[in-house]
Amino acid sequence: MPVNEPLRTMDQQELRALEQQCIQECAPPCMAACPIHVDVRAVLREFGQGEDDAALQALRRTLPFPGIISRICEQPCRPVCKRSEAGDPIAIAALERACVDYAVVKAEKASRIPRRSQRVGVIGGGLSGMTAAHDLARKGYTVTLYEALQPVGGRLWNVPEERLPRPVIMDDLRVVASLGVDIRLNAPVCGNPDAGNLNLDPDGARPALDMLRDEHDAVYIAVGQVEAGTFGLATDQGGRVAVDPVTYATDRDGVFAGGSMLRAPEDYAAIRSISDGRRAAISIDRYLQQVSMTASRDGEGSVTSCLYTRTDDVEPQAIVEAAGADGGYSRSEAQREAQRCLQCECMECVKVCEYLDHYGRYPRKAVREIYNNLSIVKGSRYANQMINACSLCGLCAEVCPTDLDMGAVIRQSRETMVAQDRMPASAHDFALRDMAFSQSDHFALARNAPGSDASDVLFFPGCQLSAESPEQVERVYAYLAEVLPPGTRVGIMLGCCGSPADWAGRRDLFEANRTSLRETIASLGDPTVILPCSSCHQAFRTNLPDVRVESLWEFMAARGLPSDGAAGNGRVVSIHDACATRHESSLQESVRTLLGRLGYEVAELPRSRNLTTCCGYGGIQWLANPEVTSKVVAKRVAEGTSDFVAYCAMCRDFLARGGKPTVHLLDLIFGADFDREATRPATGWSQRHENRARLKRHLLESIWGERMAGQEPHEMISLVLDDQVRARMEARLILVEDVQRVIAHAERSGRRMVLDNGHFLASFRPTAVTYWVEYSVDGDSFAVHNAYSHRMEIVVDGTDQGPPS
Amino acid sequence: MTTPDAPRVRCARCDRDLETASVTIGYLGSAFQVDLLQCPVCRQVFIPEDLALGKMVDVEKQLEDK
Repeated sequence: MPVNEPLRTMDQQELRALEQQCIQECAPPCMAACPIHVDVRAVLREFGQGEDDAALQALRRTLPFPGIISRICEQPCRPVCKRSEAGDPIAIAALERACVDYAVVKAEKASRIPRRSQRVGVIGGGLSGMTAAHDLARKGYTVTLYEALQPVGGRLWNVPEERLPRPVIMDDLRVVASLGVDIRLNAPVCGNPDAGNLNLDPDGARPALDMLRDEHDAVYIAVGQVEAGTFGLATDQGGRVAVDPVTYATDRDGVFAGGSMLRAPEDYAAIRSISDGRRAAISIDRYLQQVSMTASRDGEGSVTSCLYTRTDDVEPQAIVEAAGADGGYSRSEAQREAQRCLQCECMECVKVCEYLDHYGRYPRKAVREIYNNLSIVKGSRYANQMINACSLCGLCAEVCPTDLDMGAVIRQSRETMVAQDRMPASAHDFALRDMAFSQSDHFALARNAPGSDASDVLFFPGCQLSAESPEQVERVYAYLAEVLPPGTRVGIMLGCCGSPADWAGRRDLFEANRTSLRETIASLGDPTVILPCSSCHQAFRTNLPDVRVESLWEFMAARGLPSDGAAGNGRVVSIHDACATRHESSLQESVRTLLGRLGYEVAELPRSRNLTTCCGYGGIQWLANPEVTSKVVAKRVAEGTSDFVAYCAMCRDFLARGGKPTVHLLDLIFGADFDREATRPATGWSQRHENRARLKRHLLESIWGERMAGQEPHEMISLVLDDQVRARMEARLILVEDVQRVIAHAERSGRRMVLDNGHFLASFRPTAVTYWVEYSVDGDSFAVHNAYSHRMEIVVDGTDQGPPS
Repeated sequence: MTTPDAPRVRCARCDRDLETASVTIGYLGSAFQVDLLQCPVCRQVFIPEDLALGKMVDVEKQLEDK
């Protein structure tokens, strides 16, 4: 959370920038290179799945004459085919021909477009003119096509017949007449304005173009040969008709030109002629509709794809050779060749992120959904849970070809939800109460060493290491005093770094904690702060940049371990790097150094260091969607066969919970038994509170000779909890202290019920959650039989049941 | 929201059986009338576990996402 920056909410402009940054929806290279953007990927997918008719339909969506083009296309798609990075490029044209050959339903789908009264004249019946006529007729215009010779097709008739059988030409071009285009054969239109009109103006009074222009609302010239004349239009340096490169408009209003007449003969490409005809038809349509001719036309023609597709993990495959004499594929050959298509996509982040995978979103979709969620005024915000289930670990940004960081988007969105008062009350409540506990007198402590009025070095163990291993915290504190030069003043501070508030989007809580931390550290003489916890380390580095910090691991690597024992004996372990250390390479290196000195061999996980994954604790994911966290942990656990070493208390717990023998680095450093520690059950939430409180109590007693102030009344309540009830409370996030409060309130007020089984049932609502406890009296203790909770309130005569005490 | 077959529950303080009554429960500014067991004297209300962990959670979530 950047400090002192005003809260920003995503606006439309930012949304679009983010959407564009995600390249997943970019056209694949083949489609981008194709001047008319045939969706080759979709065609090959359908054909590869045996859907021949659907494949041809996908081809026809952009390609007007598939029988012809599949036989003569120059295939600008093929050199950029990503398959060539793992084998031969796909035989795209041959597969397009197979679509035409093997589809049963071959005809173009008839569309019912309302007729328009405007008339368009097309001069030239080659591929470009026929494409323009085809497209404009499909848009409802009345099109007349003038072909100088007979039949239509232009230079197609020059292609050798064995390559392009004549019936294919006739079949494909027939569709133009069937769309209602008035095709006039043997109707040359003179391109030489001085020669008069040979055909349409018997008087020769006016040039042919003038006459055509009068009779039509727009004209497209695609006569192929420059020798046919330039119609009195402005020309370029090569003497060819000059057109606007985007719109194909000539210098004359309503007159457009395209096809091979624009270029030198050696630059001819059939697919480009088709593209010219199509793009000119778009311009003519816009011209006649009187809308912008140039808006949103960036992607037309052959372009370079912005899609990234990883191929280094793709098995190479050679092209499928056609066995038949004519070079065409049999159906099964074609299907096998189509199945070689990589179906290019990016998905780099989704491949590594169980969270994105779980919600089935790549960032482009996710940011749109998040934006909509933040913008809803009335209605359900269906993306709330998705926004709260990201671990904010930053792996997506690390693998993204364009560095898009969903974590940053999500973090900002949570702050927006909080600012809008739209953050679900239950989303982070439990974690924030855990944070409040750490800030309370139960745990918070800041002391210089006995007899010192300031500290040179300050140990800040953080909340979760203290909750998990309070004894290790005391050992580290003792070690620091030992290893530092005599006279170094070593203080200790128990508290919270503020990460839960940061993750929850609670700037208010975070900022208050940050200020308090800063003031406390200053009051201790601005010592160097030693941090074992990766999240604390990240929080301090980011938000308290003027505080000197050092990770405990770097400190130990530099100053030496507490003991020399290399207990590892060459045992192989894998390191689970904490996600908060993603960009802390020297910290990560020092962990490896320490393990080496301890006698362990490290088998690196495939995703480690900057590519490490979150354990599910980060971003409070585990609370928002435990199912995602289970998947995250399961995926991580499956990545390595050796036992894991973690250097973050929560990583250790979450991985152990997922069944992976995982040991905390500190336990190895202080000589604990590997196998016993690695399989130690995770520490429950109640125990975490208890351990923190015990740590503070013990430190005060053993180092400063002080006793903590008296307990609150409910803390005197002694409970009897069997394993089943304990497990149920843990799963329901009900703490021992919550149960103690309910019983204390019930026993004091007498407000309780008696069930059929003789047990008491009582409820109490300390703040936002009502807890119910079924219990019985067991001597001086209370046996707890069940506990549950809800957030809804019972309103009795306008007053809530169970006033806080 | 209705309660399933109501068990017998007594108010320990008033020594009276709880009786079915229309009770208001609320969350995030929305309020609902529900038939629940209530002490006729001190009016304390019984919320059974299956209601708390079932329908109530669903409604809480719906209201939180509104």
